Parts: sequence; structure tokens; C-alpha cells
Amino acid sequence: MRKILNKKILIYLVLGMLAIVIVVPVGWVFLASLKQNGEFYNSPWQLPKSFYVQNFIDAWGSAHMGQYMLNSFVVTGLAIGLLLLLALPAAYCLSRFHFRMRKVLNVLFMAGLFINVNYIIVPIFLMFVDGEKLLISMWLSPFFLNNIFVLALVYAATALPFTIYLLSGYFVTIPKTYEEAAYIDGSSYFRTMVEVIFPMARPSIITVILFNFLSFWNEYIIAITLLTDPNGSKTLPVGLMNLMKAQNAAAEYGRMYAGLVIVMLPTLLLYMIVQKKLTQGMMLGGLKG
Amino acid sequence: MKNRGKSAFIFFCIAPSVILFFVFMLLPTVNIFRMSLYKWGGYSSNKTFVGFDNFLKLSRDMKFLQSFQNTIFLILIVSIVTIIAALIFAALLTREKIVGQNFFRIVFYIPNILSIVIISAIFSAILDAKNGLLNSVLMVFKGEGAEPIYWLGDQKVVIYSVAMAMIWQAIGYYMVMYMASMASVPESVYESASLEGAGNVHQFFSLTLPLIWTNIRTTLTFFIISNINLSFTIVKAMTSGGPDGSTEVFLSYMYKQAYTNSSYGYGMAVGVVVFLFSFALSGIVNLITKREPIEL
Repeated sequence: MRKILNKKILIYLVLGMLAIVIVVPVGWVFLASLKQNGEFYNSPWQLPKSFYVQNFIDAWGSAHMGQYMLNSFVVTGLAIGLLLLLALPAAYCLSRFHFRMRKVLNVLFMAGLFINVNYIIVPIFLMFVDGEKLLISMWLSPFFLNNIFVLALVYAATALPFTIYLLSGYFVTIPKTYEEAAYIDGSSYFRTMVEVIFPMARPSIITVILFNFLSFWNEYIIAITLLTDPNGSKTLPVGLMNLMKAQNAAAEYGRMYAGLVIVMLPTLLLYMIVQKKLTQGMMLGGLKG
Repeated sequence: MKNRGKSAFIFFCIAPSVILFFVFMLLPTVNIFRMSLYKWGGYSSNKTFVGFDNFLKLSRDMKFLQSFQNTIFLILIVSIVTIIAALIFAALLTREKIVGQNFFRIVFYIPNILSIVIISAIFSAILDAKNGLLNSVLMVFKGEGAEPIYWLGDQKVVIYSVAMAMIWQAIGYYMVMYMASMASVPESVYESASLEGAGNVHQFFSLTLPLIWTNIRTTLTFFIISNINLSFTIVKAMTSGGPDGSTEVFLSYMYKQAYTNSSYGYGMAVGVVVFLFSFALSGIVNLITKREPIEL
């Protein structure tokens, strides 16, 4: 009996340790965001003397985090909308109809799962530089770089292989009888797809939205490469990088931690609401791209 | 008539995705290989074809070799520690009766939803030499006035700091993956093992591990690819490859060559080597971990 009890204690100790290692740093950031600058020279374990909300006002206003947050919402929302608009019909046709090229296209998109954005971001950037040159030579204003809409397009395009893979996996499980019934009723291909099939695919669409929300919201390598103008529009992670650099130079600690909280809070809230769906979706969808 | 309508429908459904996929994924990938054969400053239009010169230069580039070494070190240590930890925690949470099982699963997964920029900022705060959380805890054990460890400033230590951040980020994700496959192992298998007197540890090694081996193998390939990427994103935000190149990894070196140094052709040659390296390594790992799948 005693041995079993000891074992249980050991297990809880191990689990508790990892929980502490994860919760304490994250929680510490929340506390640090309420400290005044002077307090950062004391022990890091001291609680904030007061709720110094000015940090958030500074981060939101003079560090432009409010503006960046709006940008992030626009980019993320637009990218997800675009992605669904593109990937849903494509995945449906690729998994449902037999036509020439189908096999080739399926293989291509599968191969796309292995192309990582971090590799190809330099050629994408150079492609845009060429595009800008072309526009300028035609007396038009630059368009591709420093444009959050183009950024959203790149996000959507690079997420296509994984999303099509995930959605196709779901579409093949839907019995064909649903469509056959709709066709007999005289429904067109398009209407059948939109009104019969897409509503049935809701669970996998939700999974797609969740995963891509997190990855677009948190992404910063593409954003930092394509949003080159220091005074131009930025997304939250890029703005946060700037705050981190500024903190090194000017010791504006409180403001930086407030910025961290601003970036973290939406993802943490979303996670609290949908954590079950997220981990279940992971088990269904397999690996994340 | 019906058939033509069908073809048109399929075409309009697929064409937009295919075009974007070509422009933003396939074409850039092809460009990496093509540009690696040129000497090119990027902004100027003068490209000179140099064949495999860039690759020859790479093989003598000490900084590249260091980034090679750092990447392999990170892949190895992060994968090993993460797999072992994730397997143990997954087994504890699925096999043992734990109060608050859900709570632990939710908490362990949190790092995976945070941006790499946030993780870098958190670890910069933890690892700060003077006011960092870690050193202040260590001070309690070592006594006041002891020399602090320069987690991000000491060239010998800093690579471990990067590894720490990567492991912290990854454990929860892989744990949930392993939990999923462990949950699919039928309870009856364990019951009969218990009747034969096999202890928990013995069950873990002789039942759980072999039964979820396919899943572990898949994650191995995944570890290689994701560690190459993750090491880049973390290094870029946390150390910028410093101090003095001691945390430079594959892709951060590529990025640096392309942007800071404006030698795009050379940078792309690094990209090609990384690409081939990750494929070769995945292939090798896949081969040596091949086992006959166990049927129940």
C-alpha cells in the first residue's frame, strides 16, 4: 500500500513540475506587465507594487500595438477567408471527381506539404522586388511589399497544401449518395457542393480555421520579410520584435511585457474556449504542417 | 452537355488553388535550386553563372560549418529529450489514474499556441544574467554573490539555452500526439499483461512502445523538419545567431547571407544543402527505424 502511495506522489510531483515550468514563466509575464520600470531592478520574484496600467496605455498607443492588432486581425481574417474560398472547392474536386491530371495534382499538393515557407521566403521576396520594379517602370506605384493584403495572400497560398490534405481526408468519408440524391433533384454541381457538402464538412472546417488562426496570428518570418518599411504597417509579432529591440536600448521593460500580454491574450482566450476541439483535431488531422 | 459542365466546374474549382500554389510554392522552390548556381547581389540585374562554385565555397566556409554543427546538435538533443519526456508524460496521463488529467493536458499544450516571438521574449526574461528568473533561483542554492551564468552571453552555454526554449515549446505537442495513439491501444492488452504479472515499466517497454512505434517513426521525420525550422525562428528572435555565430543555424545563416550580406546566390546554395540534408536524414532515419508492424 505504502509503495503505491509513494509512486502516486512521485507521479504528481513530476507532472506538477512540468506544469510549474510552463505556468510560472507565462504568469510571470502577466505580473511583469503591471510593474513600473524601476521595479525591474529588484528581484524578479517580487510582486508588482501597484497595477501600473500605464504600460498597456503606452504599448497600445505610443508603441502602436493597437494599430498592429487591427492589422493582425485583418491579415488573419482575410487569409483564413481566402484560404477556405480556395481550398474547399479544390479539395472537394480533388477527392470526389475523376479527371485527367487528378493524380498529378494530388501528388503535387502532397509534395507541397514538405515545402516549408522558411526556405522559400527569399525567392518570394525577390519575386515581389521584381514585381515592384515592373510596376515602377510602368509609372505605377509599388504594390507588393508593405501591403498587408499581399501578406494575407501569401499566408493563404502557403497554407494550401496542408488545408487541402486535411479537407480531402474528410470529404472522402462522406457517402456519395448525398450528391446523387441532390443531382436527381436537379441541383447543379455548384449548388450541391455549397449547400449539401460544405455544411457536412463543418467539423473539419472548424479544425482548419483553428490551426490556421494560430499559425497566421503567430507568424513573423514572412511578415518581417515582406513588411520592410520601418514606418509602414506591421502585424503584432513584428511590432513585438521591435518592442524587444527598443527595450534592449532604452530599458522600457514594462511596455514590452504589456506588448507580450497583448499578443498572447487572444490566443490564450481562444485556446481556453476551444482546447478540446484543438487537441482532438490534432488527433484527427495528424501532423500539423 | 452535362459532361462539359462538369469539366468547367472542376476547372474553376481547382484552377485558383493550383495557380497560387505554383506561383508561391513551386516556383520559389525551383528558384532556390536555380539561383544557387549564380553569383548574384540580388538588387542588381547582373547575375553570373558560376556552376557549383557556391557549393565549393560553402564547403570551406567555417561559419557555415559551424551552423551545420549547431543544427545537428539541436536536432539531436531536442529530439531525444522531447521524445523521452513526451512519451513519459503521455504514458503517465493515459495509463495512470490521475486527478486533473485534463488540467495537465491543457497546461502542457500551452507553449504550442504561443508565438515564437513570445517564447523568445519569455526565455530572454528567464535567462537574463542579472535579473533573470533562472539565475535568481540558482543563486539560492549557490549562495549570494556567486558568479551568474551568462545563459545568452556565454558562447559555450548559449546553444543549450536555445535547446531549452525549443524543448519547452515542443513537449506538449508531441505528448498530445502520443496520447492519441496510446489511447487507441485496447485496454484488454494491458489487462492480460497485468495478469501475467508485468509491471507498469515493463508494460511500457514491451507493449506501449512497440504498439505505437509507427506513430513515433512519423514524428521522427517530423522532428527533423520542424527542428530545422524552429531553431531558425527561435534563434532569429532570441539571439540573432550570436554571440559571434555560436547559435547560428542553417536557415538563419541562409537568411543572413541573403539579406545582410546581399549574396542571394550563396544564400540559396545554403538552402539547397539544407533541403537535401533534411531529405537524406529523414530517409536514413526512416530506414533504420523500420520494424515489422505489430498486428493485434
